[in-house]
Amino acid sequence: MTQFLNLTLNGISNGAIYGAVALALVLIWRATRIVNFAQGAMLMLTTYLSSAMISGGSPYWVAVIGAVGCGLVIGALVELVLIRRVENAPPLNAVIVTLGLLVFIEALAGMIWSSTPRSYPAAFSIQGYKVGSTRILFSPNDTFIVGMVAVVALALALLFTRTNLGLRLRAAAFAPEVARLLGVRVGRMFSIGWALAAGVGALAGVLVAPSTFLGPHTFDPILIFAFAAAVLGGLDSPLGAIVGGLLVGLVLSYVSGYEGEALAPLAALGVLIITLMARPTGLFSAARERRV
Amino acid sequence: MLRVSGLTCDYGPVRALAGVDLEVAQGSITAVLGANGAGKTTLLRTLSGLVRPSGGSARFEERELTRMAVEEIVRLGLVHVPEGRGVIAELTVEENLRLGSLVRGGDGGSLADAYALFPPLERRRRQPAASLSGGERQMLSLARALLAGPRLLLLDEPSLGLAPKVVAELMAVVKSLARERQLAVLLVEQNARSALSIADHAVLLHLGKVVAAAPAAQLLADEKLLHAYLGY
Repeated sequence: MTQFLNLTLNGISNGAIYGAVALALVLIWRATRIVNFAQGAMLMLTTYLSSAMISGGSPYWVAVIGAVGCGLVIGALVELVLIRRVENAPPLNAVIVTLGLLVFIEALAGMIWSSTPRSYPAAFSIQGYKVGSTRILFSPNDTFIVGMVAVVALALALLFTRTNLGLRLRAAAFAPEVARLLGVRVGRMFSIGWALAAGVGALAGVLVAPSTFLGPHTFDPILIFAFAAAVLGGLDSPLGAIVGGLLVGLVLSYVSGYEGEALAPLAALGVLIITLMARPTGLFSAARERRV
Repeated sequence: MLRVSGLTCDYGPVRALAGVDLEVAQGSITAVLGANGAGKTTLLRTLSGLVRPSGGSARFEERELTRMAVEEIVRLGLVHVPEGRGVIAELTVEENLRLGSLVRGGDGGSLADAYALFPPLERRRRQPAASLSGGERQMLSLARALLAGPRLLLLDEPSLGLAPKVVAELMAVVKSLARERQLAVLLVEQNARSALSIADHAVLLHLGKVVAAAPAAQLLADEKLLHAYLGY
């Protein structure tokens, strides 16, 4: 029973991270219909920059804000400089561009910071809470992770549904041409969408880095799990991304706890396959099959 | 208020507009008629900036439109309601309307005005626009365009796929808007009879050229011309 509880809590904490990265993927998918394979590399880069700030003497919180700030800027720049050129091209062009960016950033990080993983500090204690005489596998830092992801998801939900900027962002994503005819600067909306996504990704990076360490390739598995989470949730639903992230986190945690760590990635893909067979558009997708 | 001269537009080797001249005066309705492929939609898309012309000019109150961005043209008060109704199906009725009022920060009237003009929209304000009927979608497009504070409305085939009774109601609304708000309308239609019934002037497009331009009543009486170019 204790083990089940521990695995559940651990799954929720990891799932929150997958959900946040999945949210980043969903934001970009909604804005520009592109799957950003470089998302993992982008959040690795911002975490390194944040780590460099800490080494340079910045307090932890300044470095976290720095990571998110760098994420916003990098996201907008990637859209403006690279993606803008392939937005109207066949989808495969964008896929290749984001894959190229992934390889580029990972190589760059290896050149600058070496490929040896380094540690990254946690915001709060990573010692589990004490319940009675036993320690459970959920620490104050896990509380912080889950809380931050919840706050960011809620803030984004409010931004999209309650503000004029959110309305413009959605209009640009759903119907770019109609949006332009109503004065929406669609290109700017796409840049903002990428910036928001990369900002959310950067936050996920600094949240997860204490437990995974930080190296050029340490976030590759997270992108895969997050991708599974995003597709599970329907790829265009922010709520679906978070729920998908939690589901993937729980499944991975149970499987690696009861059956061994090596089986975990297989289980994530298993969940993905079963969901897509039962509900091809994902759990929360608004899209229906279009009649032609 | 709108003066188009020698407007030419090419899609690769295909010439969609071949030197179109026309004028639209304030508060008047000008119908643009023509068969499929005559260049009607291209004309509107060029005026709203979605398509770059290869030659000629289009001046709206002395501003040259052909070099302006889509987002700026709409702020001048030249609002294009695209073919196929152009509502954003994923957004609710109210969100579609809010999007319209963002163009001028609410100068185009309030949502309450829009609901007063089109009562069926109010009952469905929280529903996604995807759930609307064809007639309701056309109402929503028109209401949204009005909230954008237009002085010249570009309407592309508003009657497409609507029942005759709904078309008649719609045309009546367009006509009264033009009268009451001194709104100029450029009305692109295949449905020549209903367009001519409310228009002041009409131009007939054929293969990208203006082949006739006359007061609407005169064109309506010219059976031979209508038959030759529109097939009835």
